[in-house]
Amino acid sequence: MTANPTSARYSWGGDEHIFVELAESMSLQANFRAMAITTSLREQRPDGILEICPANASYQVRYDPDDIAPQVLLNQLQEIEKQVGDAADFSLSTRIVEIPVLYQDPWTTETLLRFRDRHQDPDATDIEYAARINGFSSTEEFIAAHSNSPWFTSMVGFVAGLPFMFQMVPQEQQLIVPKYLRPRTDTPKQTVGHGGCFGCIYSVRGAGGYQMFGVTPAPIYDPDQSMPDFEDFLVFFRPGDIVKFTPIDRDQYDANIKQVEAGTYRIRSRPFDFRLDPFLNDPEGFNARMLEVLRAD
Amino acid sequence: MPIEVHKPGLSTTVQDAGRNGYYDVGIPPSGALDQYSLAAANHLVGNAPHAAALECVYMGPEIGFTEPATIAVTGADIPPRLNGEERPLWESFPVAAGDVLDFGFAKAGARAYIAVAGGIDTPVMLGSRSTYKLGGLGRPLAAGDVLPIGKHSGDFAGRVVPEELRPALSKEVEIRVVMGLYDHVLAPEGRKNFLGSIWTLTPVADRVGFRYKGSELELIERTPPFGAGQDPSNIVDAPYPIGSIQIPGGVEPIILHRDAVSGGGYMMVATVISGDLDVVAQSAPNTRTRFVEISLDEAMAARRDYRQRSQRVADLFA
Repeated sequence: MTANPTSARYSWGGDEHIFVELAESMSLQANFRAMAITTSLREQRPDGILEICPANASYQVRYDPDDIAPQVLLNQLQEIEKQVGDAADFSLSTRIVEIPVLYQDPWTTETLLRFRDRHQDPDATDIEYAARINGFSSTEEFIAAHSNSPWFTSMVGFVAGLPFMFQMVPQEQQLIVPKYLRPRTDTPKQTVGHGGCFGCIYSVRGAGGYQMFGVTPAPIYDPDQSMPDFEDFLVFFRPGDIVKFTPIDRDQYDANIKQVEAGTYRIRSRPFDFRLDPFLNDPEGFNARMLEVLRAD
Repeated sequence: MPIEVHKPGLSTTVQDAGRNGYYDVGIPPSGALDQYSLAAANHLVGNAPHAAALECVYMGPEIGFTEPATIAVTGADIPPRLNGEERPLWESFPVAAGDVLDFGFAKAGARAYIAVAGGIDTPVMLGSRSTYKLGGLGRPLAAGDVLPIGKHSGDFAGRVVPEELRPALSKEVEIRVVMGLYDHVLAPEGRKNFLGSIWTLTPVADRVGFRYKGSELELIERTPPFGAGQDPSNIVDAPYPIGSIQIPGGVEPIILHRDAVSGGGYMMVATVISGDLDVVAQSAPNTRTRFVEISLDEAMAARRDYRQRSQRVADLFA
């Protein structure tokens, strides 16, 4: 460990993992360094690497130490860290993705009412609570703040295919909501949730602690690979995907669900090369350009 | 289609050596929690060590054979019975068409492995036949399921793994760990208690994780960093190593096993060495457990010992 704030902290995770913390606090810069380092490692792909997992402000590598000695791999990771630096030169080939959201839908509302005893504010819904503590006078204003700016997929995981998303606005504008006091035992599939500074989409039904704001008709995990978006792989999201939430009404939701059932539904997405500096220098202009790319054609 | 499931047991799943390469999108390795016992069961019936077998926990299934086969049961001491008559563990034996296999009560350990010559031949998903229940890749067996068996040839009945190559199944175990990750969040007293006290396995012990009861651990005074959450044990959501031990709120450590959630926001303080994940797998609730700190060099030496022991089983039947 050193005092240099851009220097990573390396730790052994037993005999098969190296865990690397790039920063203690969440930031797009830390996440972008994780992306750049793991992308470079994927390109080099030394023998014995089993898993390369970028995360929010950290990453880990699982390896077979019978094929690559721990110290050799550690040196290689430190070398890549040095080359990547602050990742200013790194261009990420990614996608802009549009996720339709029915906010305040009947299913998450029914679910949250069952778990009021685990919530900070039993008399409000999750979105009413989130709007209030973030200083909005109505849920409509909160929904606008949630859906007007894009989100950066900073990590995929917890369970299969679940994206963690970091809002692409200055830190003081980010929506911050605590997790439930105690986790729920149930969350509807495709719930759009929020905990701390992270948004997420629950890929499967199950336990969860994030506040629930709505639901998307878009499947994001398809273990049977029966839908067109999943022909190549059962998970939709990749780390680095840039997400735009679009509010929809119940009629649009029902129409989308019909398409899902007919096996014709597709998530709208466009390829995009993302660099950090142009975004940080002019977030609003950059976000407008990204939306043009998404809407083109 | 030579295996019919009459009763599924508590949670019986198809497992092999697991899958690699998908943890970055939240799909864990899965596979047999006790990899040594899986490999041994496969060697007993002439299979490759990583072939798919059935993993059952605490309580075995009842299954019927519609064709002759050779089978072996290893792992926990859950005595197999063929047509009601007890059969030995760690030995391969033949079954005939119409035979029924079931199990007595578990006497020691937690997970038994039933291997069949030819291997369980369910579809390969992402390079493995292993069930990953949370992600809907396969599911635990249900009554009425029919399992295909792979092609095999040769007679492997009567093979035995000798006593000294069978794992000790104990209600008091030591689990070797490499400290690290976020162990700096433990106060010196908390670290001492983590390594010095006895932890009791709770009934919350499944393929995802094993939760232990014991003393509350002291954490350092700390304002969680931006994005981490409010609790002093919170971190910015990070990847969880397989075998990592997290301690939400400083109470009840959880060892993540091979169906792990791939990441989250609770500080991890140590990682169980890969070979000792087998010992965790065979821990039944109330097992008294001590976490023993070892260095990375010692972990590598333990890994070599584990490999040699596995090789000795393979060499028995080479």
